Amino acid sequence: MRVLKRSLGLVLVVLLAAGFVSCSRTPSEGGTTNLNGAGATFPYPIYSKWFDDYHKTHPDIQINYQSIGSGGGIRQVLAGTVDFGATDGPMTDEQLAKSKAKILHFPTVLGAVVPTYNIQGVTQELRFTQKALADIFLGKITKWNDPGLTQANPGVNLPGDQIVVVHRSDGSGTSYVWTDFLSKASPEWKTKVGKGTAVNWPVGLGGKGNEGVAGLIRQTPNSLGYVELIYAVQNKLPYGQVQNSSGSFVKADLASVTAAAAAAANDMPSDFRVSITNADGKGAYPVSSFTWLLVPTSIADSKKRQIIIDFLHWMLTDGQKQAAPLSYAPLPDAVVAKELKAISEIK
Amino acid sequence: MDITKTVEEEKLNRRASRRFLARLRYGDQVAHLITLLFGSLIVLITVLLVLELYRSSALTREKFGWAFLFSSTWDPVFEKFGALPFIYGTLVTSALALLIAVPLGIGAAIFLAELAPPRVSDILTFVIELLAAVPSVIYGLLAIFTLVPLLRSTVEPALQYWLGFLPLFQGPAYGVGFLAAGLILAIMIVPFIVSISRDVLKAVPREMREAALALGATRWESTWSVVLPSARAGILGSIFLAMARALGETMAVTMVIGNDPKISASLFAPGASIAAAIANEFTEATGDLYISALIELGLVLFLLTIILNGLARLLVLGTQRKGTAQP
Repeated sequence: MRVLKRSLGLVLVVLLAAGFVSCSRTPSEGGTTNLNGAGATFPYPIYSKWFDDYHKTHPDIQINYQSIGSGGGIRQVLAGTVDFGATDGPMTDEQLAKSKAKILHFPTVLGAVVPTYNIQGVTQELRFTQKALADIFLGKITKWNDPGLTQANPGVNLPGDQIVVVHRSDGSGTSYVWTDFLSKASPEWKTKVGKGTAVNWPVGLGGKGNEGVAGLIRQTPNSLGYVELIYAVQNKLPYGQVQNSSGSFVKADLASVTAAAAAAANDMPSDFRVSITNADGKGAYPVSSFTWLLVPTSIADSKKRQIIIDFLHWMLTDGQKQAAPLSYAPLPDAVVAKELKAISEIK
Repeated sequence: MDITKTVEEEKLNRRASRRFLARLRYGDQVAHLITLLFGSLIVLITVLLVLELYRSSALTREKFGWAFLFSSTWDPVFEKFGALPFIYGTLVTSALALLIAVPLGIGAAIFLAELAPPRVSDILTFVIELLAAVPSVIYGLLAIFTLVPLLRSTVEPALQYWLGFLPLFQGPAYGVGFLAAGLILAIMIVPFIVSISRDVLKAVPREMREAALALGATRWESTWSVVLPSARAGILGSIFLAMARALGETMAVTMVIGNDPKISASLFAPGASIAAAIANEFTEATGDLYISALIELGLVLFLLTIILNGLARLLVLGTQRKGTAQP
């Protein structure tokens, strides 16, 4: 009996081991090709919709995307652990130099960052000059009734209270776009603080994520911060107009954001690494940005190469129609045309 | 079963064990070996962890040296990294949390172990153990939605009114800051202190209490001067566990500390902690120096925990010796 028990145990162990080995193999080698990408969190909703839709029309292709952040996306694409990356801020020359294969930037959709605020007794939509925003975030304007704010907002009874500045505490593409804009708006910001996914903020409280910033603003009287346009729209946060380079005050919406990209399309560099904050054009919203896919130019696996090429084509044509319902501003036609040409660089 | 069968079975059995499982005869040695292996795994993991943190932070260690620990600028854009505000924030919030949680926790443990009726004690202990299992993000949400508004609108203005002459309670009341982080940490670590201290107190032999009572001590006297001193080591152990949790707590602290890496005397001011900084910045960190700086922050937190735990062990040893040396 004991022998029986023991041999039964042995058989069990062998079976388990066999099961383990067979499980660790990828289950779907029968025809499905898996592509892996990682990076920015901001475009995650549209990316997951795109990849899902693409899988529905191409059942043999599965594109997986992990929204681990732009920094992680850049690191992984440099390390070659993913087939493509995604980022909210373009890669620096230094980072590009580290890559073995040339990496292309493909703008996918547009995003914008808006100033949101909570001032007791003020229900009007505020207007912010570029200098005022920079000075508030530099800690030079400290009260709501500062002339820098009241002059742009005639008829609004701004209180004499301290402005509580709120910024992102986590590294984020949103902060990158915001600080990129402030760097263009104020030379002092550029030399003192600079632009980046995380910076040394002169003043203010840090909230984690859009929801952290929005939560702090909702709770704290007389506060001012910045969040993504989509987040503000979906959560019905009040947000102000920002003065653009031609001096007019523009409220962020899909049209004004696409206008900013269209203005920048004329002198778009061939690698698409361009900042469209403070773009020219009367209707352009100044705190706008592309978000990019990072694709290596040489992909050894011919099957994967073809999939990426096909997907980029689809994304730039049919895929763009899905952007607006999800509150992302679609790319202007001029940029799409340039990108379609750039796809041929992938070999 | 007849005898011949069992004999045959025994023979087979022996052959089998000689062939495959001969070693099992030396069960004790095998058990010793296996448990030793598991035990040394813990050491191995710790060593590898430190080694990896040390190796990956080489860039900043070479560039900034010891200044990393004493500089208070954290500027990812211009690549200047100093950990002092983060170390300060970690220590201040943990100290504040312990200051509140230790008396509260030990008091509750005494009540549960010594004074409460057994049924009440059992129910309350169950609830407390539940509290210990609540994920920290839930505590963070609790803090954001109830603690922070309460602090900003009521507690901080009141503290400022009554104790405003102290530098601890000055400056604008944002709600978020060292005080909020310390309070939420205190709430989070109380269950640890209560639950472990209660178990330790319960483990004190009944005879000791009876002896004290027989000598004419009141119930409180027997608790205070007999039971508590003999449970001292265990209670201190619970405090150290709580301290370790407070030092390393990430999510809840990130949500309420304000994330402003500055050193301020006021508890109302926003600050930053090591764990919060890593959680905030690691995902989007690009540039080798930046990542290296964040990893060195991790190393600093690790060493901080080791040093504080070491000091704590010394304290335990000290009090134990004192305990036994008493006549």
